[in-house]
Order: sequence, then structure tokens, then C-alpha cells
Amino acid sequence: MKKKSGNKSRKLAVVEETSATEEAKKLATVVVVTSGKGGVGKTTTSAAFSSALAQKGYKTVVMDFDVGLRNLDLIMGCERRVVYDLLNVIHGEGSLNQALIKDKRIENLYILPASQTRDKDSLSIEGVERVINELKERFDYIICDSPAGIEKGAVTAMYFADEALVVTNPEVSSVRDSDRIIGMLASKTRRAEQGLDPVKEHLLVTRYDPSRVDRGDMLSATDVQDILAIPFLGVIPESKSVLVASNSGAPVILDNESDAGEAYFDVVDRFLGEERPFRFMDVPRKGLLSRFFGT
Amino acid sequence: MKFLDFFRSSSKRNSSSVAKERLQIIVAHERRRASSPDFLPRMQQDILAVVRKYIPIGEDQIKLSVDRSGDCEVLELNIALSETTGK
Repeated sequence: MKKKSGNKSRKLAVVEETSATEEAKKLATVVVVTSGKGGVGKTTTSAAFSSALAQKGYKTVVMDFDVGLRNLDLIMGCERRVVYDLLNVIHGEGSLNQALIKDKRIENLYILPASQTRDKDSLSIEGVERVINELKERFDYIICDSPAGIEKGAVTAMYFADEALVVTNPEVSSVRDSDRIIGMLASKTRRAEQGLDPVKEHLLVTRYDPSRVDRGDMLSATDVQDILAIPFLGVIPESKSVLVASNSGAPVILDNESDAGEAYFDVVDRFLGEERPFRFMDVPRKGLLSRFFGT
Repeated sequence: MKFLDFFRSSSKRNSSSVAKERLQIIVAHERRRASSPDFLPRMQQDILAVVRKYIPIGEDQIKLSVDRSGDCEVLELNIALSETTGK
């Protein structure tokens, strides 16, 4: 606790965006990873983003909200360690400590799995609120991996969010669905309903292929930004290492060779307010001959 | 633009710019609809019923919309009368 003297001049510093490092007692920031459309990379992003945050020293928990179709455990490689899940905690059948799985590779990282067998409707807003409030005391970041769609599951995942990563592929159906989700972030969340500051949105364009953009058969990151009109966090390049990572159940940031992994680190740095040059948005330069004839 | 592409795609437009154009239109359309109050369809039915007491018109001859320009909202009601109903 600081002394009260001189708090007149300190007022300016109490704006919202103070970094997490300077206030250890701040409650966790809740970040939803959402997209509307399925298969665009929400779970991959949740896994990589939370792992990178934890590796940077933030106490992070990543929660799966996809009841009945959980996959975060598989992507994180802890599927055989799941005993209790989010719904067990909500219904008092197990404690939060029993359900939280500590990652074996990364310090500060915990996984809270969704239920695979329960009915989707048993995921109540009130129950989730209790769990999130408890997690808020213990963590710096709570990452919520949303299910696809715009139904109750997706709304529950975004409801308590302070910030949102809108994961979008440079492709028409994904962009349109992201626009729907952006509309819902502005109307269906707790921040919207209680008239608080709006959820802070970040655009993340995944599966990006600069060479196809160059050829004019893929929307550019700028195109996607123009249409969705939310702040841009970066691109994740289309990369073979993403499938390799999920095959082995290791978040892609653990692969030192992976361009996608590097891109996720850049994205996390930007999310934390650091400036990073935008990489992986241009085609690597090729020799004269291949430039002439195209490969 | 690569040398060979010059021959390949001179006649065809980039598919990505087509995608962008289509998206801009549909997204603007859907945002407008999402931001209009949800009582609009019911109100349209009520107005239709009142008008029909006096003039026979079809469902598709009435259009109701809310447009926003700056901080001003305009409720626009359009009823098209066909030639036979005018008399």
C-alpha cells in the first residue's frame, strides 16, 4: 500500500491501461478468444497466447468454454490429466484446485477444461461468474477459449471479458462472422449491459499467406481491418508447424523454429503494449528468375 | 506482379478485391439491421393493418426503416401505391 500523500497529482496515472507488472494486486484481466466461425484457430490461439503470457511471467489460466466438444486439453497436451472440469466446479462436485491442471512445461500456466459429457445448458452465467471471480484473485490473465457460433456458449465465454481477441481468417465467411461477434461484444457482454467501458477488441488475422495476398487471391490484412474496423494486433502466417504442434499437444510457441510461434510472441508483446514491427506480412524476397516466372 | 501473370490475369479482376467489395456491402447491410430496434417488424405489421382498412396494399408495398446520420435518427415509412389501388 502506498501512502496517501500527494494523491492529487497521481490522479492522472489512474487511467485504465496501467500495465500488469506495476500493480501486483490488480485483479486478473479476462480475455475472450472468439470468432463466430469454427476452425479459424481459436483454440490454437488460446493455447499459444496463454502460453506466451505465462512464459513472460504472468500467472495465466486458459479456460475451455466448448462444453461437449472440448479440445483445448488436447491442444495443450493434458487430455489424460483431466479429472474434474469447469462444470464439476460450478456444480460443487469438485473444487477449483482439483480442476485446474498445472502445465508441466511452462511455469505460471494452468488449464481449466470444459466438460465433455454434460449438457451445454448447465453452463450458467452465475456459475461461470463465481469461478471467474475466484480465478481473478489468483491470476493475472484469464483466457477464455470460446466455442464457435453465436449461441449461448459463445455468449457465456465473452460475457465477463475485459478484452477480446477476434480471430479471423482472410476469407469472406470468417470476416462476416467476426463482424457479428464484434456486434455482440458491444451488446451482449457484462460491460455492455452495465454501461462500463466497452470490451477492448483486438483483430488477429490467422492462416495468413502473403504470397496469395500478393497474387490477389486472398484478402489482405489491411482489407480485413478496413471491413471490421477494430484495432489490429497482427497476423499469424499459415504454417505447417501449427498442425505439428497440435499433433504433439504442445502449444506452437514452444517450437523455436516456427514462424507462427514467433508471430504469437509478437502478438502477445503488442497486446501488452510494446511496439513490435509487423512481420510475416510480406512475401520473402526471391531470386530474379523465380520472380520473373513465378514459382 | 509477375511477368507471366501479366498475360494470365489481365482480363480477370483479382478475386480478393471482389471479396472485399462483397463483404463491405453485406457487412454494412447487416450492421444496419442489427442496430435497428427489434419492434420494427411488429410496428410494420400494425401500420400495414391500418393502411389496409382503407387501401388494399400488399406486404411488399410497405417499407419501414430507421436510419442514422450523425446523432439524428430518422424513422422512414414508405408505402408504394400501385396504379389499381389509387382510385
